[in-house]
Amino acid sequence: MVRCFLIHTVCPVSALSPGESRVLYSRVFGPDEGVLCDQDPELSPEERRLLQKEKVAVVARQVRSAVSLSREASDRQLVEVMPGDEALALQEADSGVVRLRARDPFSEEMSALWLGVQSLGFTLVCEPHENLLLAEGTLRNLTRHCLEHLHMLGQGSEVLLRSNRIDALLSRLLPHGQLLFLNHRFAQSLEKEVAAYMAK
Amino acid sequence: MTIMAYIYMHMREFRDIQESELQKFYSRLVKLLQGKEFGHETVDSLQRLHLILFATKYTRKLPSELQKRLLALLSASAEPVQLLSSAVLRETLPLSGHNLSYNQDNVAQLNSHVAALLLSQAGSRAELSSFCTQLLRSLESRQSEGPAHFTHILPILNTILTHSPECLTEDHVTLLSKKLVDWLRYASTTQGGGGSSGGFFTGARSRQPVPIAELDGTVSGDFFTVLCVGQGFTEDQWMNVYSFSMLRHWLLTYQSVSTGSITADTDDRSEVDGSVVSIVSATSSSSRLLPPKERLREKAFQYCQRLIEQSDRKAHKRTDAELQKACLVEAVYILDCVCVEDASLVYRTFPCIKALFGRLSSDLAFARVMLPIAQFYLNHGEMAAVDCESVWKLVFGRFPAELFNCPFLAHELLRFLRMNLESLQLRVPQYTRAFPNLLKFLAWDSPAVVDDFVDLLPSMVTTGTALELLHTLLDLPCLSATLVLQHRSTCLPISDPGGRSLLSLDAFRSPADRGLFLFLLRDEAGSGETMDRLSTLHERLAEAADWPRVVQCAQTVPVLLHIFFNTAIKIADEKLLSDLIFVMLERSSLLLSLPTYVKEVHRVFSCHLLRLCKLQPSLVVDQSHELLEFAGTTANVYNKEEMYTHVVWVLGEFLSASCDSRCSVRLITSCFEALEAVLFEITSSAPLPGSPCPAPRVVTTLMSALAKLASRSHDLIPRVSLFLSKLRSVTRGGSVAWCSDEEDLVAIETRGEELWSLLKTPGVAQSVLTPSPHVTTPQWHRDTNVSMPLQLRALTSLTHSQ
Repeated sequence: MVRCFLIHTVCPVSALSPGESRVLYSRVFGPDEGVLCDQDPELSPEERRLLQKEKVAVVARQVRSAVSLSREASDRQLVEVMPGDEALALQEADSGVVRLRARDPFSEEMSALWLGVQSLGFTLVCEPHENLLLAEGTLRNLTRHCLEHLHMLGQGSEVLLRSNRIDALLSRLLPHGQLLFLNHRFAQSLEKEVAAYMAK
Repeated sequence: MTIMAYIYMHMREFRDIQESELQKFYSRLVKLLQGKEFGHETVDSLQRLHLILFATKYTRKLPSELQKRLLALLSASAEPVQLLSSAVLRETLPLSGHNLSYNQDNVAQLNSHVAALLLSQAGSRAELSSFCTQLLRSLESRQSEGPAHFTHILPILNTILTHSPECLTEDHVTLLSKKLVDWLRYASTTQGGGGSSGGFFTGARSRQPVPIAELDGTVSGDFFTVLCVGQGFTEDQWMNVYSFSMLRHWLLTYQSVSTGSITADTDDRSEVDGSVVSIVSATSSSSRLLPPKERLREKAFQYCQRLIEQSDRKAHKRTDAELQKACLVEAVYILDCVCVEDASLVYRTFPCIKALFGRLSSDLAFARVMLPIAQFYLNHGEMAAVDCESVWKLVFGRFPAELFNCPFLAHELLRFLRMNLESLQLRVPQYTRAFPNLLKFLAWDSPAVVDDFVDLLPSMVTTGTALELLHTLLDLPCLSATLVLQHRSTCLPISDPGGRSLLSLDAFRSPADRGLFLFLLRDEAGSGETMDRLSTLHERLAEAADWPRVVQCAQTVPVLLHIFFNTAIKIADEKLLSDLIFVMLERSSLLLSLPTYVKEVHRVFSCHLLRLCKLQPSLVVDQSHELLEFAGTTANVYNKEEMYTHVVWVLGEFLSASCDSRCSVRLITSCFEALEAVLFEITSSAPLPGSPCPAPRVVTTLMSALAKLASRSHDLIPRVSLFLSKLRSVTRGGSVAWCSDEEDLVAIETRGEELWSLLKTPGVAQSVLTPSPHVTTPQWHRDTNVSMPLQLRALTSLTHSQ
């Protein structure tokens, strides 16, 4: 299953130290792994929450450096894409995988699939035995919907103030972190529901 | 303002909100939530509340009144409100004493957002277990309940079994196995109602049933799978999708746990009763009498066979073509998984896997499907006595050579290697020869895969390949540059539109230099350790020194070299160790000239040269000719300071008859003379204008080495002493041309004086400068014969003092 989905910055943010990444949205699926595998039983619930936030931040940072290294290596100029051109932005996106070693930060090894769209990173943390081909398709699909329904190429506040839209997307396309084998008909039917939600 | 700055401002605003403002906001919200209708304002406020909680890493406590209201909202009618209250509550801590107890009676109404909250706040295994029981009970009794909200139950169960598989009892596993069989194999084969009417399952069945279709548009003649399409879908068709999506994980988790009950299920729907008789299953033995787990295995087997067959159809939509690929991957993994459990299935499965391989192996677009196939061959090829050669040719040959720039394939292939390392080393001899090809992944995208190579590299070091591997690692930045050139020359027209013509690209295309590049790009080890015209290659690639990809690659080499040497030392015989020293000395001046790269490599060489010689001091005599040649070359003092210092130290320390009886006086003398000449040269004249002074450390190391050698061959003592006294008189003068720093000069002088006075008494000098092993590694305390008197003496002194 997918352990978490996050949207974060991958470009320098003036107020952050270089190499940092600001997490704009994150959704961790399932129970906190610390509670169930009896790791650090002495941690209080507040500390557990902090730990989980830190784990997400670690992923964001790792992906951020992966994106910038990959962009540096490919020596490609970033094309500025205007709102309305989401399809182009997605087509121009960089992508890759980061291997997260066991205990860094999750208790087991994970694969973090990422898409770098302009200054944003969309990341899916999967268990490594997952079907990464399916995960890649799901990530692209999710990213496309996020870009479109939250107008993420424009002013950025919608990602923060419309997070329920992302929740709604995830509850259909990635319910509880489950990757789904959806052919275009199934996908259409779910997307219809998504569109209905967004229209509310 | 940039988007990022704008976002940041927003987040800061929410994170740093004042406590008093917050309290006001909370009470306003409580009021707002007292109403029955929730409009835009409610949604907006809840969204703000979520952001306030999300923006800080620390936990904020909500007033309990607000928290209770939020809990009540979870079952509100409007979905945005449900979603937001679930999201807000996930950001807070569960209200103590107010457990979010799902009502046992209405677990069926439990919506997906409540479930998400329950899962995220589960405080123990016990909580998950009882949640699980509830879910399964609701599945069992679903016929009597309304049809809504069933699809999310399987994903929730999958979450639970990911985190805590022991939450499901044996009975649960049996029940769900049966359910999965039903959904996978017996979903309706007619289309559900149009999706336009709203929810998933509101299909009207009154109309004439229309059969489902295949992706190419033909009418489907077999059972329903995720690759079947229709205008709308029935509930059990949705369950089919959810079941298949979690099937592999389910099999991996529960398959190996033995079933308690082996009684056959007779009350299940049998195949004969099923609406369709499958072409696939018609040939298989009747599975009706199998216990649930075995039955599920059999159905999974049939489902996957059907998917493989369906994937051959031409999909109209691009997304469906991609789904076909993903399904192939999944199907082959599942087949592998069932064959691991039940070896008898291997013979039934192999024809299909072989056919699939034959169909797809020439098309690189299906490369990622080949990895599960390779896994299948690796796991079962031996048992089925199948020839795997062509599989390995693809995995170790074509893939790295042609798809080195695909990050996903790289990740999956390297993971495949890591997961199967033992088996590969044992059964696939091609693996050990494949490193020149596999390292292309690293040369192309070092930061992404270096972690994998840290794990894999030790397995690539064998006595047969070590030297070639070392050369290959050292030339990795060249390989990186070559891959860039290869990529450019295939992707770009001959004349670069950027106008920047590359000399290296010309070289890459020129027939005269083609051989150099072809050697770097070789697929397999064994065609020679390295090549003759390395320096030519480095010249041709000189302009690549600042290419980002090459720089990134060069940064990973030192780490890998350390791993290489650490492994090589463990497996190497004397001959190999000796060869390694030879290669280090040779290659120290044959490296692609990147600013810090050369220095870093020299540092690694120095470190391991020392280790090797300490481990086996006789290596110094073996390689004395090369070591002396290196140490006798004055230029090395300046451009390989680190290495030079270590080589000199090693010579001074280990060129001694006590380390190796072959070490003759003649050898010591010739070493002495070589070092003496260099020391004399660097301390007698000013460095050329523009070039740096010799490092003081080099000077002192040379002095010490000379003194050590002299202490072993007393005839040489007068020569050192003379030199040292001369040095003293020169340095007393205050400044010399070859050392600009005064403190350094004092240190050199002091060292000189120490050595000089030591050498006045040759006997002492020998025991200090060439101490015998029992002095440097005292072991007398471990020797009972020696230590017994000591212990007795200690005991005596204790008893006598009383």
